[in-house]
Amino acid sequence: MDFQTFVFYFLSAILVFAALRVITARNPVHAALHLILAFFTCGGIWALLQAEFLAIAIILVYVGAVMVLFLFVVMMLDINLDRIRQGFWNYLPLGAVLGLLMVMEMGLVLGNKALQIPASTVVTPPGVSNVKEIGKMMFTDFVYPFELASIVLLVGMIAAIALTWRGRKKSKYVNPNQQVFVKAKDRLRVLQMPVEKD
Amino acid sequence: MDAVINFGAGLFGAAWPAVWTLVKIVAIVLPLLLGVAYLTLAERKVIGFMQVRIGPNRVGPYGLIQPIADGLKLLFKEVLVPGNASKGIFLIAPMLAFGPALAAWAVVPFTDTLVLANIDASLLYIMAITSMGVYGIILSGWASNSKYAFLGAMRSAAQMVSYEIAMGFSLLCILMVSNSLNLVEIVGGQQKGMFAGYGLNFLSWNWLPLLPMFVVYLISGTAELNRAPFDVAEGESEIVAGFHVEYSGMAFALFFLAEYSNMILVATLTSLLVLGGWSSPLGFLPDGVWWLLAKISCILFLYLWFRATFPRYRYDQLMRLGWKVFLPICLIWLVVVGVWMMSPLSIWK
Repeated sequence: MDFQTFVFYFLSAILVFAALRVITARNPVHAALHLILAFFTCGGIWALLQAEFLAIAIILVYVGAVMVLFLFVVMMLDINLDRIRQGFWNYLPLGAVLGLLMVMEMGLVLGNKALQIPASTVVTPPGVSNVKEIGKMMFTDFVYPFELASIVLLVGMIAAIALTWRGRKKSKYVNPNQQVFVKAKDRLRVLQMPVEKD
Repeated sequence: MDAVINFGAGLFGAAWPAVWTLVKIVAIVLPLLLGVAYLTLAERKVIGFMQVRIGPNRVGPYGLIQPIADGLKLLFKEVLVPGNASKGIFLIAPMLAFGPALAAWAVVPFTDTLVLANIDASLLYIMAITSMGVYGIILSGWASNSKYAFLGAMRSAAQMVSYEIAMGFSLLCILMVSNSLNLVEIVGGQQKGMFAGYGLNFLSWNWLPLLPMFVVYLISGTAELNRAPFDVAEGESEIVAGFHVEYSGMAFALFFLAEYSNMILVATLTSLLVLGGWSSPLGFLPDGVWWLLAKISCILFLYLWFRATFPRYRYDQLMRLGWKVFLPICLIWLVVVGVWMMSPLSIWK
């Protein structure tokens, strides 16, 4: 076994373990952290395939930005695990069918000879910049799909803003008539927050 | 140098490349850590002088051994883990803060030949690695199971993501005009141009044609570092010390090491990307790594100066600056640079 194969199996083992922990971890924050580990290892495997741009991009976009926001949300959620687990056995048959379907689809894609690239043609000669090549392809052969993807993203962005937009805030002046009747207990509420145990 | 390489190759045989790389890593990390130690002293001294105090002057002549004493003190202190903390993550978080701060140095060039790994996408690599530094802060805040620490972590997460966008756009302008993602080539591109022909190299560096981007990069770099006036994640007067309030001993020291080595990293990047790196400001002076060190020192001094001068931003003002001021400026300047490059007036041919 040469060094590259060893690295591949090493990274794959971590990736499979992390992916499994994403769905088995009881604590949602731990699950999110394992997802980050999975993305990072995935980047490593892509780097091994000489796709350095994709490898760096997944770390930059998913690990560096998307998962930070994801973690941000997950940390603030108050998730009651017992309530989520209530319907587990009812949903299991449907979930199992969907899972099997996905495994079959993946098997079809991976087993299909027409979709496989022989390993020898993938190897790029030294001196060819991965980033430059991807850029050239994106703006020549794949310019329409590329623009389409950017429009889809733009629509998603506008939709997200439209969903959370609560209208413009009116001016910030205070009405002194209401102001003099304000009591401290209307404004300030002291909460008791017991320390949570993990 | 060649003699050393030959001797080593004979001694270690097939393992020599790995050993030689390790030697190079140590040669980068040791001066870096020394720089971090003395940056803390410089900070205390400089801010002391700006506030008409003396600063540390007890340990050694002019307080020069102070950082060593501080380091030893922290090393021998107990690392306390608070009850109810998520222990594993609590201990991993400082490592996650410090790891990226060191890993980014792998591709930083000091001269056109003095670089550990001269890879094509080095700028992308640095952006990717530095964007991971935020996890140390978020996880430390979450794992401490303390309200102040959690508030600090939340503030930091939102702030880092916001300013990364402005920072990314300013880097985008720089790589557009350099036509490369390689830091060595980006520095090389700044050494030629109209003014460089007259021997006035410093007017050919990226800071002049990309002045708005330089300012945006400098300010959002300060925000990314969580340095004053953007240090709301720490906010010692509001949330005690933010994310690292529960840490002690070496775990606490790691956050400091991460912060200061990130400061040196961002200062180095600013020098490389917009201030011409190791090229000399005037044509008749020889280029060399000393110019890079001088530029880094100037920018580091600027950070210390900021801290001594500006009051801390309020959190909403900070977000407003990132999203409503820097982002539009970046978007407009990106278009301006694109049009400029395509017009006959382009200075980047």
